Amino acid sequence: MRDQGKAAAVASDLPIPVAHQFDDARQQHEAAAMGMWIFLATEILFFGGLFTGYAVYRAVEPQGFHEASRHLDLLLGTLNTGLLLTSSLTMALAVHSAENGLRRPTIGWLLTTSMLGLGFLAIKGYEYAHKVHEHLWPGPHFVAPPDASRGFEQFFVLYVSMTGLHAIHMAAGLLVMWVMVIILWRSRHVARHSNFVEMFGLYWHFVDIVWIFLFPLLYLIDRS
Amino acid sequence: MDSHADHAVRRYFGIFAALLVLLVITVGAAYVHLGAANIVVALVIAVVKASLVAWVFMHLRSSTPIVILFALGGVFWLVILILLTAADFLAR
Amino acid sequence: MSVVSPAPPLRLKESYLSVSFTIRSWLLSTDHKRIGILYLLSITALFLFGGAAAVAMRVELMTPQADVVRAEVYNRMFTVHGVIMVWFFLIPSIPAVLGNFLIPLMIGARDLAFPKLNLASWYVFMAGAAFTLWAIVRGGVDTGWTFYTPYSSTYSNSYVMLTATGIFITGFSSIFTGLNFIVTIHTMRAPGLQWFRLPLFVWSLYATSLILVLATPVLAISLGLIALERLFGFGIYDPNKGGDPLLFQHLFWFYSHPAVYIMILPGMGVVSETIACFSRKAVFGYKVVAMSSLAIAVLGFLVWGHHMFVSGQSTYAGLVFSLLSFLVAIPSAIKTFNWTATLYKGQITFATPMLYALGFIGLFTIGGLTGLVLASLAVDVHVHDTYFVVAHFHYIMVGGMVMAYLGGIHFWWPKMTGRMYPEGWARFSAILVFVGFNLTFFPQFLLGYLGMPRRYHTYPAEFQVLNVMSTAGASILGVGYLFPLTYLLWSLRYGPRAESNPWNATGLEWQTPSPPPTYNFKETPVVTEGPYHYETGE
Ligand SMILES: [Cu+2]
Repeated sequence: MRDQGKAAAVASDLPIPVAHQFDDARQQHEAAAMGMWIFLATEILFFGGLFTGYAVYRAVEPQGFHEASRHLDLLLGTLNTGLLLTSSLTMALAVHSAENGLRRPTIGWLLTTSMLGLGFLAIKGYEYAHKVHEHLWPGPHFVAPPDASRGFEQFFVLYVSMTGLHAIHMAAGLLVMWVMVIILWRSRHVARHSNFVEMFGLYWHFVDIVWIFLFPLLYLIDRS
Repeated sequence: MDSHADHAVRRYFGIFAALLVLLVITVGAAYVHLGAANIVVALVIAVVKASLVAWVFMHLRSSTPIVILFALGGVFWLVILILLTAADFLAR
Repeated sequence: MSVVSPAPPLRLKESYLSVSFTIRSWLLSTDHKRIGILYLLSITALFLFGGAAAVAMRVELMTPQADVVRAEVYNRMFTVHGVIMVWFFLIPSIPAVLGNFLIPLMIGARDLAFPKLNLASWYVFMAGAAFTLWAIVRGGVDTGWTFYTPYSSTYSNSYVMLTATGIFITGFSSIFTGLNFIVTIHTMRAPGLQWFRLPLFVWSLYATSLILVLATPVLAISLGLIALERLFGFGIYDPNKGGDPLLFQHLFWFYSHPAVYIMILPGMGVVSETIACFSRKAVFGYKVVAMSSLAIAVLGFLVWGHHMFVSGQSTYAGLVFSLLSFLVAIPSAIKTFNWTATLYKGQITFATPMLYALGFIGLFTIGGLTGLVLASLAVDVHVHDTYFVVAHFHYIMVGGMVMAYLGGIHFWWPKMTGRMYPEGWARFSAILVFVGFNLTFFPQFLLGYLGMPRRYHTYPAEFQVLNVMSTAGASILGVGYLFPLTYLLWSLRYGPRAESNPWNATGLEWQTPSPPPTYNFKETPVVTEGPYHYETGE
């Protein structure tokens, strides 16, 4: 990071473009941050419907949920949590680099983040395939063990719906991230895009937070 | 500027270390028989982890109060949804 | 609102309408005013479509027997009517048309905070409408607008998925619009325009936007889960597969009760503006009226269970939801009393927007009070799923929101188009709408109380007189709607040119030419007073 001071100076020389409806860059940034957080609030409630279903079904059938949870692979789940937490760190570093006008580190951290995200999805896909193979994928081919309690299948319905919606969010994030990398690659002035990187970072961290809750709720129902 | 930047980076790594420690704790706690308290412990740790991410990685600590209010608002409305729905399911 | 720099005296040559006339310039415009007009055109077409379904139903219900359609077709007709009117007319009506057009003007901004997102919201809306219309063309959907499970998720043989996809997509347009309004109102107010100097229309749309943003995602996920059950056999709602149908009802009504306030709060905003202007008085208790909008938005989220009193919900939950439903009446009543107090000793002129506003107050009061009847646990068991409910919510949605929408369109028509509408015709049709509406829906209160269930195409012969009255009223109402459609179009060419402030109203939007230039104001206005300085202003 030797060239940081220079880059920061360059960045401050270049005015960040301000759209016509705004008075200045500060107002523009405030609006973008607020808009992004409101969007994340909608996302909380979008996932929230599933969390509600989880809460009431688990409250009604705790035993079935307990039994079903043990069919998930805790090692892979923990590994995936680690990958996502790491990707949050690299994303934060990408935002930090973009704000300081460091083009190469920004691109580097973004690519690292996307690799970690890809790894997460690959492991998730492997877990899904395994569940299909074990007839634990909900739907017509689902076969519960003969001694399973009520609620056993509902756990897997919620497991697939919740992690599936989460995975879709990850995949969408990866696409946007790669577009962003291309844009940064072509552009000479990272600072002009630092708002974009920062707002995307918020999204990525949010997806991480969702997983922070999914992991204990799905994988960690009393393993003792 | 430089020292400030380094400071931020160091903070990010510190938070990351804390998150990993909490991950280990939460997995470990699942193997301790706590009965009904199990879910409470797991959720408390999850809330702490999520707050660390939101507060530092997502810059809530340097955000305007109104942004913090919106972030909490989403959570608050989720609590309404879960609580009133559970009020039906648990009282049947 | 007084402004330090006075409005430009000479008419700016370039209004937002005359900058360009190509279709492309409309379809790619990010100007909030043009997007408002795009929404106006789209939802008018969809309103006519939904109205046609209502006409068909009223024709069928003229006689006790089935004479026009079979039961299956009738089911599809009331579903189409409900789906189109709720999601493709009422929800976007005032927010997407008047809100889009007016919010930046009222707060002295050049545009909304995210103009491209605004345009995207219109395209998303049209995509959702296309899916829904496609479903209807292929044969429609018969679940009712409420999509109750497990009928919708397992048994119905109609185009549930296509319709639900359309609604899911349209939800994003609601979210985009709400998000845009909230950020705009927070960050882009003109210098000096403090929160308690905002017009009440802006307050009501702020509250509406909060609901749009917080409720719509839950509808999306509830429909998404229907898709998983219907397409992949996931057991989430269907009791045969281990699910619980009441989970759907909870998620659905968590959206759909607050959605009632999406469909009435903006109307309350319009009424506040028109009552003040045509009484020449400041709105009585301005701060309380502003705060009651927020109170409605928040309390409205706590009452959804009153739709589930007889569907197997726990009695204790029912008690709580009943009590909370009574509480939400308080802020609505506050508004009604304050409007009445505003009228007191005002210099009232009965211009068309005022007629609609007065009609709103009366009809909304009836709709609201019958809502309290329905919120009472025991009474609801008696009148649940009867025409009493149908009459109640039409008094709110049509008697309230559609009246307010028409009033608002008339009030701001000169601003939007630069033309005056013919006042005589407009007053005549306002009265026609009021009379036709009451004749249509008041008999339905009686029908419901006597026990006629909703959603049937046949009924016992003793209900015929009231049904014929209702159908007669509907035809008057229909004519009442066609008149404005005609004379407003006529006025575009033959109406007298409007001045910048034809009503002598306060408010920033009246201080710029009619129609406004692309970026709204020649100079950013500076605000030094509250919104309704009528006594001192003239
Ligand atoms: Cu309701």
